[in-house]
Amino acid sequence: MTITVIKPGLFSTLQDGGRYASQQYGVIVSGAMDRLSYHIGQLLLQQENKAAIEITMIGPTLRFDVDTVIAITGANFLPLLNDKPCPMWRPVSVKAGSVLQCATATIGARGYIAVKHGLQVPGILGSRSTYLRAKIGGFHGRALQKGDVLPIRASDARRTNYFVKPEHFIEFSNDVTIRITEGTEWQAFTKESQEFFLSTAFQLSTDADRMGYRLQSDMCLTRSLQKDLISEAVTFGTIQVPPSGQPIVLMADCQTTGGYPKIAQVIQADLPKLAQLQPLAKIRFTTVSIEEAQNIYMRQQQQLALLKNFL
Amino acid sequence: MEVIILTHITFKPLNDCALLIVFGDSISITTHQEIQHFHKTIEEQPFQGMIEAVPSYTSICIYYDVMQVVRKPSQTIYESIVTYLQSLLTKNEQHDLSTRRLIDIPVVYGGEYGPDLAFVASYHGLSEEEIIERHSSQQYIVYMLGFAPGFAFLGGLDETIATPRKEVPRLTIPAGSVGIGGQQTGVYPFETPGGWQIIGRTPQRLFLPEQYPPTYLQAGDRIRFRAISAQQWRDFI
Repeated sequence: MTITVIKPGLFSTLQDGGRYASQQYGVIVSGAMDRLSYHIGQLLLQQENKAAIEITMIGPTLRFDVDTVIAITGANFLPLLNDKPCPMWRPVSVKAGSVLQCATATIGARGYIAVKHGLQVPGILGSRSTYLRAKIGGFHGRALQKGDVLPIRASDARRTNYFVKPEHFIEFSNDVTIRITEGTEWQAFTKESQEFFLSTAFQLSTDADRMGYRLQSDMCLTRSLQKDLISEAVTFGTIQVPPSGQPIVLMADCQTTGGYPKIAQVIQADLPKLAQLQPLAKIRFTTVSIEEAQNIYMRQQQQLALLKNFL
Repeated sequence: MEVIILTHITFKPLNDCALLIVFGDSISITTHQEIQHFHKTIEEQPFQGMIEAVPSYTSICIYYDVMQVVRKPSQTIYESIVTYLQSLLTKNEQHDLSTRRLIDIPVVYGGEYGPDLAFVASYHGLSEEEIIERHSSQQYIVYMLGFAPGFAFLGGLDETIATPRKEVPRLTIPAGSVGIGGQQTGVYPFETPGGWQIIGRTPQRLFLPEQYPPTYLQAGDRIRFRAISAQQWRDFI
């Protein structure tokens, strides 16, 4: 009972909701970059936090060696199932011997192939997410390669006449406004840098992976006082400014601690939108308070809860 | 940014699902011990919705699930968490830290295991043996883990052997490499690029993902580096 990787795509890894409770030991959280699309894929299969395949920019070709049910969410990779368009954002029954082919993402950067019961790989420290640098989790701690045989469990066909409209949950665009809260060192930046940060459109460089996104602009962000900071906690969405003055947004595979000044923090609810940007995308930032950020997040979670009840 | 102050301890949000309790603004034993005490307290008495606590040199970061935190109608989520943390801090519970472990880390210094030992020695006008002696006679304290699983930020390097980082970082440093970078010393748990001066290597694995806690060293441990021979390395493995 397996899935065979015929073509791995550009960068495909197994991810779940993330590896928590070990950050104090330096173990990063990892997990799906776009938690919202990942989570909707799980809900569509009426399960939670199972390992799914996260695909990036160019999708894989997979052969299913057993009957199962899948749900594809996230960016549109124009999936074909046995050479016919395969619907996304709904459960799809797949017969043994079927081939799923994904192309290049039209818009958005990351897709999720959720499989009923999840990919059957061992959990490590409470998660099946791939942690590349430590070579743990996922499929042998690495990205998928041609010829890999991924264990799954069989599942019968089931009612599949419902679907989700992604636009109710997430915006796929390469020109976005991202909401932030002030970073712990926001006040340390010059007035000019603060104003520039909130008025310019940054460009996402090609140096953008699961660990972090480098942003580019015409100006270097500077602090009024150049002083070395003592390393402390950083997290998914932390925007730090290294000596170059060009900001870096930390993503799902970021380190647990860092020593660069933190100018801002992307709100939790907008991380999925950020995760779906393609290189060269334009990003503007706008501030909200912590309380507003939490209210936005709670509304997003309530929407998911409604979906869960409906399915 | 809302900053709430409790004598010398301040609270500030890291983001909308994490907050920092800041105990000081410089690296010191006193701050480190306060953090150790409070870390134990919060792990024993977490609030509903708390996910994990991550101590560092001068602060503890508390991650929480916004959907699970219980709040009073008169307070925001952030305020209710701070109120709870303040009540724990006011009780000021002390834990017995004398039980902290003293761990020996075996190191083969110099040669192929420590390609920069000769440079560090000549930089300070000392012999290689003196560098080894000064590096292995100190007792270090693990202030925090970060950068990579099992990577310990240590306090206590003998200032007379502090050495600037390499001008051109190495592309790969083998797992277990023991280095000096400025005022810091430590061990790389994995093969990684890096700019520290590598003076030795340990056969001890620092990241043990098959167990919990998953690291050989933990914040608060005291450690010593113990010089061993290449033959003893082979016996260790």
